[in-house]
Amino acid sequence: MIDLALVPDDGIGWLDGSGAESPIVLSSRIRLARNLAGHPFSQRSRDADRMAVLALVREAATAVPSLDGSVTFRLDQLDRPDRQVLHERHLVSRELAGLEAGGRPRAGAAVMVRGPAAVMVNEEDHLRLQVMRSGLAVEDGYVQMEALDTGLGRLLPFAFHQEFGYLTACPTNAGTGLRASVLIHLPGLVLTKEIGKVLQGLAQVGLTFRGLYGEGSEVVGNFFQLSNQTTLGKSEEDLLDHFGKVVRQVIAYEQQARDVMIRTAPAEVDDKVWRAYGLLRYARTLSFEETMNLLSGVRLGAALNLIPGVRVYTLNKLLIFTQTAHLAALEGRAVGDPELPTVRAAYVRKLLDAELA
Amino acid sequence: MRCDHCGLRDAVINLTQVEHDTKVTLHLCEDCAQQKGIETGGAVLKSPLGGFITAMGKGPASPAPRPAAAATAERCPSCGATLQDFRESGRLGCGECYLAFEVHVRDLLRRLHGSSQHAGERYLAPGERAPDRRAELLDLRDRLRRAVDTENFELAAELRDRIRVLE
Repeated sequence: MIDLALVPDDGIGWLDGSGAESPIVLSSRIRLARNLAGHPFSQRSRDADRMAVLALVREAATAVPSLDGSVTFRLDQLDRPDRQVLHERHLVSRELAGLEAGGRPRAGAAVMVRGPAAVMVNEEDHLRLQVMRSGLAVEDGYVQMEALDTGLGRLLPFAFHQEFGYLTACPTNAGTGLRASVLIHLPGLVLTKEIGKVLQGLAQVGLTFRGLYGEGSEVVGNFFQLSNQTTLGKSEEDLLDHFGKVVRQVIAYEQQARDVMIRTAPAEVDDKVWRAYGLLRYARTLSFEETMNLLSGVRLGAALNLIPGVRVYTLNKLLIFTQTAHLAALEGRAVGDPELPTVRAAYVRKLLDAELA
Repeated sequence: MRCDHCGLRDAVINLTQVEHDTKVTLHLCEDCAQQKGIETGGAVLKSPLGGFITAMGKGPASPAPRPAAAATAERCPSCGATLQDFRESGRLGCGECYLAFEVHVRDLLRRLHGSSQHAGERYLAPGERAPDRRAELLDLRDRLRRAVDTENFELAAELRDRIRVLE
């Protein structure tokens, strides 16, 4: 089993709840898509091409300060549970981890992790650079990203065109290759049924939404991943500036919705969040979906100061560590489907008990 | 008035822009305006990628008749991918594919992003020297003047975008 303790902050410093707007915004992520000139893109390349790309990136990484001390995980050499742990931690995509039905990781599929920064190698693009930060920190995240991008780009020739910008396998990423996203908790807008209007509005201003794990994933526990839709025709600065403004507007709408709820139905809100807390504290079996939904209630209660003494960090940690592969890793053994809900409930109780101690 | 770009539909948008004493006025229909990245009610992002890729090279999706647009058997000289491969997978095979299928890619990028002109950081590969921006600007302005003189509005709009980025 892989030892994520090797990675500074276990690769989950973004969970610590220290960033701006942390009760509502779990994390911010900046991602850049880059390809090496002269090599076919991953989907069209052979194993030998991909291994060559990995070798070049690993060599360059040794001379890039942003990746100094990074830990490399070869997805193509890991067992499924380990690959799943990396995916559940948002360090690699489903595709790179080979977790799709009947899928296997491609030869040369790897991720290099160093604190908030990670580099996926041989994903759809040769390089997917990402920086994860706690709370709303899109601009700060981009500053870190620039250092990483510039460092690698000085050593590796990226595929770039004067008109089309950075060339990517899918044209939806061309130009800047920049995708900024936030994982945001919007129970107020969902409960007041305003969410549809807000999501529709987002599409009109060039943002899109997905579930907890990005493309193709479902929305659970009122957690949405918002990101910019277009990557070409605007500078990085303009894209980030616009994205940040829209996200701040969504946060303001969410706050308004919460104010309305508290004003118009204080007893119901109080009851709902305490019921969620009660179930998490005492339930003996919990499915992942139920856990997400209950965590949403407790998170709302904590943000509204209805439930004291529950830290955002603990709630964030529960989101990640109650997933299947993480529970198995914590138990140090394979956990079968029938006993998962029991193991999950026990872990949730343990963490919430510790919070009161 | 007919659209300056496709010459087929009625122009509904008049776009006048002044770039360094040169006035460019384009009369565009809604479809061509969208392709140039001018929003006409937020329709730019509505077309799904899959649908557009499938329609590529099949006629009506690219209104202006283009010399290289017909063949779907075009092949990237570098990786060997065909336009058909791109249609089926939605992914290009390598960086050279962008040049091999330039006309289609430019159309698609405009549909997806509202523009095909990169306005972000200019990348310099290892060992590459920064281009002389002033000389490039002078050259582009010269070409813009000629494009306007010959009423090549599509090229004019493109050159104008590139000049704007460089400035």
